[in-house]
Amino acid sequence: MSFAFTPGIQSQENVEVHKYYTGTIAASAILAIVLQAFLHKYGQWAEFVELPLLVTVYFGVSRRNPASGLLLGAAIGILQDALSHDNPIGLYGIAKTFVGYVASSVGARIDMEHPLSRFGLVVVLFHFHQFVLAATQRGLLGRPAPFFNLHLFIASLASGGFAVLLFALLDRLRRPA
Amino acid sequence: MVDIPTRRRPLALLAIVVVAQVLLLAFQVRRTARSEDKQVPLIRYWAVEMIMPIERAGSWMVSGTSGLWNGYIDLRHQRAENIRLRAENGELKLRNRALETEAAEAQRMESLFEFRRQHPEAPMLAAAVVGSMRAMAAARVIGASADPISHTIFINHGADDHIRHNMAVITPDGIVGKVVEVFPHAAQVLLINDRESGIGAMFAATGTHGIVKGTGEAEPQMDYIVNDDKVQVGDAIVTSGDDRIFPKGLPVGVVAEVKHSSPFQIIHIRTSARLDRLEDVLVLLTEKQLDLTPATESPALTPKPPSSATPAGAEKKPPAAAVTAPKASTPAKAAKPAAPKN
Repeated sequence: MSFAFTPGIQSQENVEVHKYYTGTIAASAILAIVLQAFLHKYGQWAEFVELPLLVTVYFGVSRRNPASGLLLGAAIGILQDALSHDNPIGLYGIAKTFVGYVASSVGARIDMEHPLSRFGLVVVLFHFHQFVLAATQRGLLGRPAPFFNLHLFIASLASGGFAVLLFALLDRLRRPA
Repeated sequence: MVDIPTRRRPLALLAIVVVAQVLLLAFQVRRTARSEDKQVPLIRYWAVEMIMPIERAGSWMVSGTSGLWNGYIDLRHQRAENIRLRAENGELKLRNRALETEAAEAQRMESLFEFRRQHPEAPMLAAAVVGSMRAMAAARVIGASADPISHTIFINHGADDHIRHNMAVITPDGIVGKVVEVFPHAAQVLLINDRESGIGAMFAATGTHGIVKGTGEAEPQMDYIVNDDKVQVGDAIVTSGDDRIFPKGLPVGVVAEVKHSSPFQIIHIRTSARLDRLEDVLVLLTEKQLDLTPATESPALTPKPPSSATPAGAEKKPPAAAVTAPKASTPAKAAKPAAPKN
């Protein structure tokens, strides 16, 4: 598995758009939700890694299309809301819509194949996701929600580390050029 | 027709999708505040019906694989013995809880009788519990909520298995939560540490009543306990029956931390049931209608020697329904209620 780190702004023509086999993205999103729900019953340690968020970031960065990235984020977030009890539908949807848009916008400009780049991006987007989530809960629902704390910081680092492994695994689902 | 520049189309789409979801949020919040409608939104129904078969299959595969591995050859007998002992232990715990409740009630009746004997001139209204019968169903936990904010689990029984809203869910160690959403083949259970949860509870030693509220963290809190009440770490908390969901006397947990505050104390609870290790739970299905003995002809007004050991007008309570813990590799089935003994 080789990694190429090419930092800096690049034009869209120089950045490769990765394609996947039919149904890969939908299956990966559903599997992420299922695994998250399955692992969550084993306790709080599972809260440190949010698989739906990682899948949103990965496919947003890989497809490099802001429109499809934000729609994918919206779909995954709404499905996540639907499986909760007291979360109104749209809470995680809004947050992941923004994450999908930002991830695909970043991916359209920067090649994110290097594991350090992926780690950093996931950490930043994790906190961005939490920021949007907290702002939505406070502004629209009147719930107290933290913007940042130690638990979230540790979770972001854990998610970033797990993302490096997960993204390398998902890279194998790409259709050969 | 608005001509949106190509570069701005993703931004326009983002704005449209976000605004649509904000309106959806606003609609849901407005509807919840306005009515007591308990109907499940259609999208939630579709999502659960789509995900639950996968969860159930995954749970079956994991339990089947682990059952096959753990029960292989010379481990088979130990595993069977272990399952038998766990089931027996669970039954004994439930029976012990029922006996403790009966003993406490007998003590209260004796105090009442003593008071009545000392004050024969005071008119009193006596009520007696004729009896209650509970049926329980064992269920397997097949999943949880997919986000870190909610504390809910999904079990593998639903409306087709006679599961209904607000049924209590327990384990032999303590209470777990209540059923909040029911689907044809699954049900969603709100755990007692979810911030939407509230349970009627009381201290086992003093009988002081309060509310156990979830906070969204691992440990729920006990509310409405004034600073004058002496609370210590380790004090046991049980259900009070005030919420009409959990029967009285079931263990909730013990006090883990106490802080004085205004106007009430802040009491953190360590739950008796391991909410982060739930595999098999029991759902309390039905309760026979309680019958109150009329006061005018109540035998309670006629003093009886306490050695009769029977509360006035009450039949002897049946023991808790015997429930066999489900085997790891087979689906759980509803337990038959125990026949009342005379």
